[in-house]
Amino acid sequence: MTDASLSVEGSQPRAARGAALDKVFEALCFSAATFLLVSLGGLVISLAIGGWPAFEAFGFGFLFSAEWDPVQEVYGAAGALVGTLVTAVLALAFALPLALGVAIFLVELCPGPLRRPIGTAVELLAGIPSIVYGMWGLFVFAPWFAKHVQMPIMMSAKPGTFWETITTGVPNGAGVLTASLILAIMILPFIAATLRELLMTIPPAVRESAYGLGSTRFEVVRKVSLPYVRAGAVGAVMLGLGRALGETMAVTFIIGNAHGFPTSIFASGSTIASTIANEFAEATGVLHTASLIALGFVLFVITFAVLALARVMMGRQAQT
Amino acid sequence: MIRSALAGLAVGLLLVGCSGGDAAKTEAPAGAQISGAGATFPAPLYAKWAEDQKAAGGLVLNYQAIGSGGGIKQIKAKTVAFGASDKPLKPEELDAEGLAQFPTVIGGVVPVVNLPGLANGSIKLTGPLLADIYLGKITKWNDPALTALNSGVALPNLPITVVHRSDGSGTSFLFTSYLTAVAPQWAAVGASDAVKWPTGLGGKGNDGVAAYVKQTPGAIGYVEYAYAKQNTMGAVSLQNASGAYVAPTAESFAAAAAGADWSKAPGFYLLLLNQPGEGAWPITGATFILMHRSQADAKTGKAVLGFFDAAYAKGDAAANDLAYVPLPAELKSRVRASWSAIVGPDGKPVFTPAAP
Repeated sequence: MTDASLSVEGSQPRAARGAALDKVFEALCFSAATFLLVSLGGLVISLAIGGWPAFEAFGFGFLFSAEWDPVQEVYGAAGALVGTLVTAVLALAFALPLALGVAIFLVELCPGPLRRPIGTAVELLAGIPSIVYGMWGLFVFAPWFAKHVQMPIMMSAKPGTFWETITTGVPNGAGVLTASLILAIMILPFIAATLRELLMTIPPAVRESAYGLGSTRFEVVRKVSLPYVRAGAVGAVMLGLGRALGETMAVTFIIGNAHGFPTSIFASGSTIASTIANEFAEATGVLHTASLIALGFVLFVITFAVLALARVMMGRQAQT
Repeated sequence: MIRSALAGLAVGLLLVGCSGGDAAKTEAPAGAQISGAGATFPAPLYAKWAEDQKAAGGLVLNYQAIGSGGGIKQIKAKTVAFGASDKPLKPEELDAEGLAQFPTVIGGVVPVVNLPGLANGSIKLTGPLLADIYLGKITKWNDPALTALNSGVALPNLPITVVHRSDGSGTSFLFTSYLTAVAPQWAAVGASDAVKWPTGLGGKGNDGVAAYVKQTPGAIGYVEYAYAKQNTMGAVSLQNASGAYVAPTAESFAAAAAGADWSKAPGFYLLLLNQPGEGAWPITGATFILMHRSQADAKTGKAVLGFFDAAYAKGDAAANDLAYVPLPAELKSRVRASWSAIVGPDGKPVFTPAAP
């Protein structure tokens, strides 16, 4: 591959042909990688250019204003930004304990014959299209949730308390909390599968020595397994968060799609992705289109930051 | 594992992509092939018309229901033979882009409610009251303003949940244009295919709105007439310009279209809102086709106009079946006359309709 090896083996025709092919192979791989980077760069640049009229018109105010008025042509990203972060973080809060449970069960406790079916079921969840979750959420989950969770909570809230403030809303199951729950189900398989892979990287000797010292299962998981994969686990969580941030269709169906800040956990809200999905097809005004593209740019930056952080964390895990 | 899941997903996408391509290939054009894009509201009807004409040995229509905004963008970019929009372009905009515009079929917007125990159509509303509800000023069904209008109807003590479209849509455009026309207080919000709603929650598409209304006692929403009819939702009677309360029916939409004065509407720019006439439904509107006035290829222009000419002539039954309202005969001949303005490279009209 290097010049030295080429000059030594260059006298043999077969090796020469091999070396020439190798060059082609290298060039192909290099161009594939370059192609990816160039398209990524092109995407960022075109988002920035497309969104420029909005950034120019509203400046930094675009990020801090929750005003979204297509008639007056005034746009701000804050409402959608907050909605995106709130739903993603809530989804993570619901999904993480479940995912940990699934992963630990599969690696530490699960009887051999069940391991594959359960693992496959978890992966199958990841393959269900987003729109299916959305329809299911709207027609099945939201009415059930309204009747059996939302109504009891709303009716038990004491008037005038903080609890009442954050649980007011329309009792039909559409809102920020429902969207977060659906998101949680959607990101669960991603986090669970990654955590399982991580737990399986623990050398058996490590775990067995802990058992050998007389540790209980809980102690092994808490004191040995989890600390061993900690950095990588943070990365796995970040991957789930990245997916939750960009999820579009399912959220659009059940978040209620009201612009501005969500006022309670049952109130309607919007996310960056749902706003774009809702309005892009019919946006004709220059500033409207530009603001939607600018929203896309903001989402790209957030997701990129989250994924970059995940890479750094996972990298640290690989080194230890 | 996660990687294999992703790979599976990618393969799935590829397969979907391929099967789409195959479907396009197998449907090889029998006659001429024309492409159009735009409004979703008339898409089922255009598909039906296309199917009927293809069966009769006519042309093949490739219509992409991407939304009115997309249709306008695509016809301006000349990537399609015609664009379709629920929202007519103003005559000035048509002139600036060199576009011709004509209506194809009439539809309308119907407010729907979920009031347990009350019969379909038993609630009466006026435009200003509807505006107050959508502004969040009237929040209870037993509000004095509503009970005064509906004497004899036991309106429940239920909070009103306002439901609107979350996606930009011609339906919202028609609805907000109507509120702007009849209620001065709505001016603060304005009319557009997406507005800053003062209250309520947004459902995606007609089915999103319908689902929220059905799931929420006390909810009010608005959907296209065809959708309300096919899903038997509780509609309201609305006061029209003559002061009468009318129910949303095919007849009341046709009455609105018949009462309209198209002769004073250059480029057929006319919303059929609050039209005169005893039986006219107040929130009515046509859906429109956009074409370039100078066609680079006379054959394509001829094919498109021929398609709509045949649809006008033979497509009314299909329109009625799908709960659309066909154009009145007088308007059809007016549209046919306007087609002389669509010319080929030689400056001659691309299509001359046979004398009706």
